[in-house]
Amino acid sequence: MTMSEINTQTAEKPEFYLTEDHHPENSTNLGFWLYLMSDCLIFAVLFATYAVVGRNYAAGPSPADLFDLKLVAINTAMLLFSSITYGFAMLQMERGAKAETLFWLGITGLFGLAFLGLELYEFYHLIHEGATPQRSAFLSAFFTLVGTHGLHVTFGIIWLITLMVQVSKRGLIPENRRRLMCLSMFWHFLDVVWIGVFSVVYLMGVVG
Amino acid sequence: MFSNPDLAKWIFGRLTLDAIPHEPIVIMTFIAVVLGGIAVLGLITYMKWWVPLWRDWVTSVDHKKIGIMYIILAIIMLFRGFADAIMMRIQQAIAFNGNEGYLNSHHYDQIFTAHGVIMIFFVAMPFVTGFMNYVVPLQIGARDVSFPFLNNFSFWMTTAGAIIIMISLFVGEFARTGWLAYPPLSGADYSPGVGVDYYIWGLQVAGVGTTLSGINLIATIVKMRAPGMSFMKMPVFTWTSLCTNILIVATFPILTATLVLLSLDRYVGTNFFTNDLGGNPMMYVNLIWIWGHPEVYILVLPAFGIFSEVVATFSGKRLFGYASMVYATCVIMVLSYLVWLHHFFTMGSGASVNAFFGITTMIISIPTGAKMFNWLFTMYRGRIRYEVPMYWTVGFMVTFVIGGMTGVMLAIPPADFVLHNSLFLIAHFHNVIIGGVLFGLMAGVTYWFPKAFGYKLDPFWGKMSFWFWQIGFFFAFMPLYVLGLMGITRRVSQFEDPSLQIWFIIAACGAGMIAIGIASFVIQLVVSYFKREQLKDVTGDPWNGRTLEWATSSPPPDYNFALTPVVYDHDSWDDMKARGYVRPTEGFRKIHMPKNTGTGAILSGLSVVLAFALIWYIWWLAIVAFVGIIAVSIAHTFNYDRDFYIPVEEVIATEGKRTELLAKQVS
Amino acid sequence: MPRLLKLVSRLCALAVPLALAGCDMVVMSPSGDIAAQQRDLIVVSVLLMLLIIVPVLFLTLYFAWHYRHSNTKARYEPNWHHSTRLEVVIWSAPLAIIIVLGAITWISTHKLDPYRPLDRLDAERPIPADTKPLEVEVVALDWKWLFFYPEYGIATVNEMAAPVDRPITFKITASSVMNSFYVPALAGMIYAMPGMETKLHAVINKEGVFDGLSANYSGAGFSHMRFKFHGVTNEGFDGWIARVKQNGTALSRDAYLKLEKPSEREPVRYFATVEDGLYSRVLNMCATPGKMCMNEMMHIDMMGGAGVESHENREKLKYDNRHAGEVGHGTGSGMGDTVPATGEPARSEAAPHESHSAPVENNNGTPAPAQLNSN
Repeated sequence: MTMSEINTQTAEKPEFYLTEDHHPENSTNLGFWLYLMSDCLIFAVLFATYAVVGRNYAAGPSPADLFDLKLVAINTAMLLFSSITYGFAMLQMERGAKAETLFWLGITGLFGLAFLGLELYEFYHLIHEGATPQRSAFLSAFFTLVGTHGLHVTFGIIWLITLMVQVSKRGLIPENRRRLMCLSMFWHFLDVVWIGVFSVVYLMGVVG
Repeated sequence: MFSNPDLAKWIFGRLTLDAIPHEPIVIMTFIAVVLGGIAVLGLITYMKWWVPLWRDWVTSVDHKKIGIMYIILAIIMLFRGFADAIMMRIQQAIAFNGNEGYLNSHHYDQIFTAHGVIMIFFVAMPFVTGFMNYVVPLQIGARDVSFPFLNNFSFWMTTAGAIIIMISLFVGEFARTGWLAYPPLSGADYSPGVGVDYYIWGLQVAGVGTTLSGINLIATIVKMRAPGMSFMKMPVFTWTSLCTNILIVATFPILTATLVLLSLDRYVGTNFFTNDLGGNPMMYVNLIWIWGHPEVYILVLPAFGIFSEVVATFSGKRLFGYASMVYATCVIMVLSYLVWLHHFFTMGSGASVNAFFGITTMIISIPTGAKMFNWLFTMYRGRIRYEVPMYWTVGFMVTFVIGGMTGVMLAIPPADFVLHNSLFLIAHFHNVIIGGVLFGLMAGVTYWFPKAFGYKLDPFWGKMSFWFWQIGFFFAFMPLYVLGLMGITRRVSQFEDPSLQIWFIIAACGAGMIAIGIASFVIQLVVSYFKREQLKDVTGDPWNGRTLEWATSSPPPDYNFALTPVVYDHDSWDDMKARGYVRPTEGFRKIHMPKNTGTGAILSGLSVVLAFALIWYIWWLAIVAFVGIIAVSIAHTFNYDRDFYIPVEEVIATEGKRTELLAKQVS
Repeated sequence: MPRLLKLVSRLCALAVPLALAGCDMVVMSPSGDIAAQQRDLIVVSVLLMLLIIVPVLFLTLYFAWHYRHSNTKARYEPNWHHSTRLEVVIWSAPLAIIIVLGAITWISTHKLDPYRPLDRLDAERPIPADTKPLEVEVVALDWKWLFFYPEYGIATVNEMAAPVDRPITFKITASSVMNSFYVPALAGMIYAMPGMETKLHAVINKEGVFDGLSANYSGAGFSHMRFKFHGVTNEGFDGWIARVKQNGTALSRDAYLKLEKPSEREPVRYFATVEDGLYSRVLNMCATPGKMCMNEMMHIDMMGGAGVESHENREKLKYDNRHAGEVGHGTGSGMGDTVPATGEPARSEAAPHESHSAPVENNNGTPAPAQLNSN
């Protein structure tokens, strides 16, 4: 029943209750958006922290000494590609093509893993150079910001695998479609955050 | 026990037998808790309550049961938090003339930290969340919240946080840092023990619950309202709940992130808030108050909502200035983000910055003042029935304006320079938190109790509780205002100037009166239980209420409303009554409901284990618990069978019973 | 008018204890001009707010009583819920008061900014042209106060003196954690923070001995972190300086490092001489030999850091060294303290329990010349 059907003006003794079932709009999308915004705030704090202490090198290495922009560019490409392939997976889902959806999800996961692999390599390299999270406030903030993003990607991949199992077992049922939609938002959100990380931490660090 | 210290360290981390405190007070408490615990467990076993307890409560996704459990948690923790308060009052009343009192700084410092943490996070927060959970879906004519499982999970995470804090009483120690744990004092170098770790993990675990429940309730309010209930027809309590939950979702992540940074400093050796290597402790103070100030409004807005409901109901009148009430709430919500710096004017931020934040703080008093006038003019030309909730409301209005006034004084930076961190400040925030939040919660308890349990609370003991709280409050905190003006600061455990003692003794007497007030409340619960037949509410509408929760039975059926109500005006139940509403007796259908699940409780249990392991550096256990959490979560997603239908026969039977009861009432 | 009586008696009930306590309410009857202006601000703001608070309290009690259920004579209008005129009043009345208070706040915050040098001795007297402010450098140590008088080359612990009617410039810092420097009779408080300097300008107008304290909780010994502030005449001040010089010992870096160790209820101590630049070293956290000064670090950072090959700087920038398990925390320790999760030795363990006297050394004992404080 919509509002137009309820006539508030004329009825002195109107309908006080619905005679059919009330189906409120599904809240999942809104709920998940709210969750993403709360997660966004966590990143906001980490970005703010980076902005405050990001130049406190503690008489140690600075971004210009440490970051390899080429590597980070490849890394960024990996994540951007994974977003695109996730988009393909969603298109296939809309078509109801289970196998294709799974294929593109798999590709997305591989890109995600590649991103993580490169990030871990970068971390390993930095720590090997003595630029550990304990070295300076700048490095603490750097590792925490980038690491938190990486952790999110890790959980995204675990979630992706779980969903792939569920889709292959149950098919593209409404529940699974909803979950794929949520993960899609999550995945693109991480992409957006990464663009922020790439610009604020890497580009501005090395160039600015 | 273990000859090999490395092995013992591997298994137990830094947990040793020394961690069990040896002080008589703690041991006595411990024995009492153990005996009490055994008694409770024995009773449950004897009465064969385990199965119903698990089936009907622990695993319940019913927002009403979860709401009640939140409030029970809050009341239990209130006893703990209040015990801390009494201990501080006694210590400060006797620690004069070289007498060190009965608490050394090691204990005293833990107690004031625990008092603040428990009262805010584990009394006020669950109390408020409990009310929002219980009342909001009923007020908007919904069957449950948007995400019922998440609701159950949130509750158990909050409980897990409380359990972690309680464990610190008997295993190890609690933080000695003050309730916001400013670094560098709370850093690894100055607080190497487990106290701050208990603090961090207790808050982190509970914070997960709080954030998720905030998301849940926003989604509920935005998406689940009954047809016809536009935003400007929502009950005021629902409005304040909406604003509160927006604040929760917009601030608790900041607390979480800040505590993550602090724990990284403590666990990994990073340098966010240390003095070392470019760290910046002032950043923590800023971040924590960006969460901390909105937190105050998270607590007080729902209380404002309760007062709005109560004052309209018992004045038998529509709330004066509904729209301005709503706008005032929203303005407070937004402004609460722009004032955090007033908690540390004394950091020397510069005159313009201080003045800016001082003025924004004062601006908040405008919508708050408008609210006060709205309540006032709701009483105007009303017909006020003095039931207990109304006592609390009038008590609040008188008490809160004083707290508001002292708050504005503290908002003037140069005045704050002499009042900051003094007992004047302590008196101020207790004035608003007790006079505002707590009075509101007590009003809410007496107001909605008959809805939840089907009988009213005994008014005599309710009034006793009110008067002891009210008078006790003045005795306990007016002396602190005076002491503040005498230049006495907070968190001090021993004094030199004997002329102060009389004030502390008066304050201790006040705390004693509040203790009687709390006792009266407990007696009220017991007495009412025994007099429940006399106090019974058959109608579902004992106060001649105005909002939808009074449209259903007391206690409401699992499905809240057999048929979803349609809303035409605010104060919709009053409107329905005025237009000659007749309760439906036929046309029922089967009702779609969520299924109970134990996953929330299991995850919460694992979180306690994880937190305990992290606190004591028992790494293997932490890994096991963490993997367990992930595994249980994933397993939960494989369960697609999450709902069921209440068959129409059952609905007809339940509603039929109510029809009979109501008929008996009339004849 | 019983309700009026009720109100009056309530106000009296509040006023009586205030009057009783009048004599020792130091915040309301301070002895320094800054604190007096802060007191005036409190009084003015209270009076302004009472303009609205008193009517509200009165109306609350009056409405609550008049519109009670049993009073059937009172008007009852269950549907009266809006009045634009009233709405305007209830929003604009608080707004008007806040506008006035806001203006007062803006002006007074700038006028009483602790960083701003004084422009008067008190309400009647401007500062004489030839007055040179007394400079005092304050360090909040673990649980005592250290005062440097750079002009006189002396230092004291837990006692300070200042001549009446001579402006004082405080420079304030802390050695380990945050404290707050507060002499209620003199002026408002300001935080004392490690590695940072805050300032406070004040003047004492009356002779006397006043309490000073830390107003921000800083750990176990916090309750006793108090000192006496002596407001004295010029001659008295000279006498006090002479006494410090006569009875005092030397405050070298070593002596400072010993003093810096956590201790409670520290007695008053005098230091007749002070090693050059000690306060600056304390402020920059580099009193301990081998530590890099913070200003040095900040300079390097501003120039873009010291590159990848700067490992030796790490140890030099670890300042936190209070032995949390050592003094005052003793009771109930053993709860796994000093076992940092990081696995690296606790910074606080650099100084073992027995060697109280030994300053925290690191493997790089001699500071490189470039890392010496530039002054």
